[in-house]
Amino acid sequence: MKSSANSGAIIKRRFGLVIDLDRCNGCGACATACAVENNVPPAFPEVNERTGLTWMRVYRAENGRTFPDSRTVYFPISCQHCGHDTPCVSVCPQNAVDINPQTGVVSQIPERCLGCRYCMAACPYHARYFNWFDPTWPAGMEKTLNPDVSVRMRGVVEKCNLCHSRWQVAKAKAAAAGKQDLDPADYTTACAEACPAKAIVLGDLDDRNSEASRAAKSPNAFRLLAKLGTDPKIYYRSNREWVRRLGDADVAQIESEASRG
Amino acid sequence: MLGIGLFAIGLCLIKGLNQTNMDNRFAFGLWIFLDLTVIALGAGAFFTGFLLYILRRDELRAVINSAVVLGFICYSGAILVLMVDVGQPLRAWFTFWHPNVHSMLTEVTFCITCYLAVLAIEYAPIVLRNRQLRKVPSFLVFEFELHKVMPVLAAVGTFLSFFHQGSLGGLYGVLQGRPFAYRDGFAIWPSTFFLFILSAIATGPAFVLVTTWAVSKISSKRLVQPSVYRILAMVSGWLLVTYVGFKGIDTLVWLNRTVPRTGAIPAQFYAWQPFGTWVLFAEIVLFGLVPALILIAGARRRSFALQLTGSLLACAGVALNRFVMTIQTLAVPTLKFEPFMLYWPSWQEVATFLAVAAYGVILYSLSFRYLKLFPHERDLQQY
Repeated sequence: MKSSANSGAIIKRRFGLVIDLDRCNGCGACATACAVENNVPPAFPEVNERTGLTWMRVYRAENGRTFPDSRTVYFPISCQHCGHDTPCVSVCPQNAVDINPQTGVVSQIPERCLGCRYCMAACPYHARYFNWFDPTWPAGMEKTLNPDVSVRMRGVVEKCNLCHSRWQVAKAKAAAAGKQDLDPADYTTACAEACPAKAIVLGDLDDRNSEASRAAKSPNAFRLLAKLGTDPKIYYRSNREWVRRLGDADVAQIESEASRG
Repeated sequence: MLGIGLFAIGLCLIKGLNQTNMDNRFAFGLWIFLDLTVIALGAGAFFTGFLLYILRRDELRAVINSAVVLGFICYSGAILVLMVDVGQPLRAWFTFWHPNVHSMLTEVTFCITCYLAVLAIEYAPIVLRNRQLRKVPSFLVFEFELHKVMPVLAAVGTFLSFFHQGSLGGLYGVLQGRPFAYRDGFAIWPSTFFLFILSAIATGPAFVLVTTWAVSKISSKRLVQPSVYRILAMVSGWLLVTYVGFKGIDTLVWLNRTVPRTGAIPAQFYAWQPFGTWVLFAEIVLFGLVPALILIAGARRRSFALQLTGSLLACAGVALNRFVMTIQTLAVPTLKFEPFMLYWPSWQEVATFLAVAAYGVILYSLSFRYLKLFPHERDLQQY
């Protein structure tokens, strides 16, 4: 139990993802599973890569060398669920973005969103998406919609919420069993579940026994743009130094590691 | 222009913001950049009011009515565009119902709304001075009563305007996730808060000078004494010098302390063409220091050509600053593996703003035709 820097509320858990970049092969299964789970509409012809909705977006990056030394890495980027001075929470003029004190998850309230997009300008990870178009599904496909997730309307911002509906289902299951808190084994995100390489792990970063917590403490783990001080809860891992540099891990820390050999 | 613009506005409201070329990266575009510019130029209204009613510079009574109308046009036009720019305009009132007191945008919304109301009240006596309306006794009494409270309104307007000009700067200065925009500051306010106030009050009088000259040219009438132009140029020039001084210090602090702390490298910001270091030079020197010196020299030498040149450059400078803060901030990548991107506005975005410009010209022309925008106009025609 600890107090949140933003709201002063009590956080029971601090859920986050740890993504192993050395395992990720850029297949995009995480992005697809995320879209299906969260009722993200399929892109239609007018949509391009700059106006589409992808709560989980896979970036491709290279080490800048030529063959045979050329290497590629894929960065799956979702909302980083910042914990401290969360850029998007503080800027929203009508409190449509908040941090759930029970999970540490940064949530968007589409029904309250004005669509001013100030949060998108504030987010350094470009992990927020605006509904430029009316959400539509091809005939028949609407039957595949997840009944636990609301569909968002045109003109509002949306983003990853670590599969909030799944967290609620796990909570409901715990309540039915007379437990106060959920069993961590009952809650995982669609991206983590779908990844064929098991590169994504969800867990309570404050729980020493969780796999995610252990992985986040690895010396090769880092967070994107760590120096901005936003305390994100999405960790990345790679044994390759150039990948960590590319992720803008703390350069001083990497250099001290390098000097230690 | 108005017709095409209204059609474009209709498209954006009915079909959605997919009619624009904004995207998930360029969440802000032409509209926000121009909104910030016209609001800065509209500062001429409150600052002229401040100089006249609070600092008692009575010579400025010659342009105060015109300045108020210009301010009203700038602010109402900006709000009109904002209503098209947001995805859910019908939810605008949510900001008053669920305000986030930590957000600079909340402060901007509150102040702009209140100030527009103040401007509307300040506009009222100008309208009521119309010869036909003066025949109604109750209007005459109402106008008289309004005049008694005008200094109070000017003070309220000044306070609100100072605050929201600052908050508009604060919008960018607080973005800790955007090292290009993020600034250190004083207490809860980033330096951009103060710099936006300074740049707005420096260019507001210059804009009043430019518009007064333009109206004078178009109507082929002398509207104000040359001394009024000189005062506006002098005020604008010295404030611009102050602004450039603080902007220079702020840039040095930003480059040497703020940016390195965020892990970014300042040179990277200017590595993307066309946004090279020339932008910084143009912002501070070419459209900052140079017009400041021209304005002061123009006022001292009584050269109207210099006063006008300096004013035009100063207005362009404030537009460049707002462009840099809005567009360049979003263009510069934050993650090392993401590309640099550019954005061009769609015709709907351009047409929407042209409609607002047309609305401004029409409202100003009607005010000029039927109201007493320049009290000395008639006297000056006799010479």
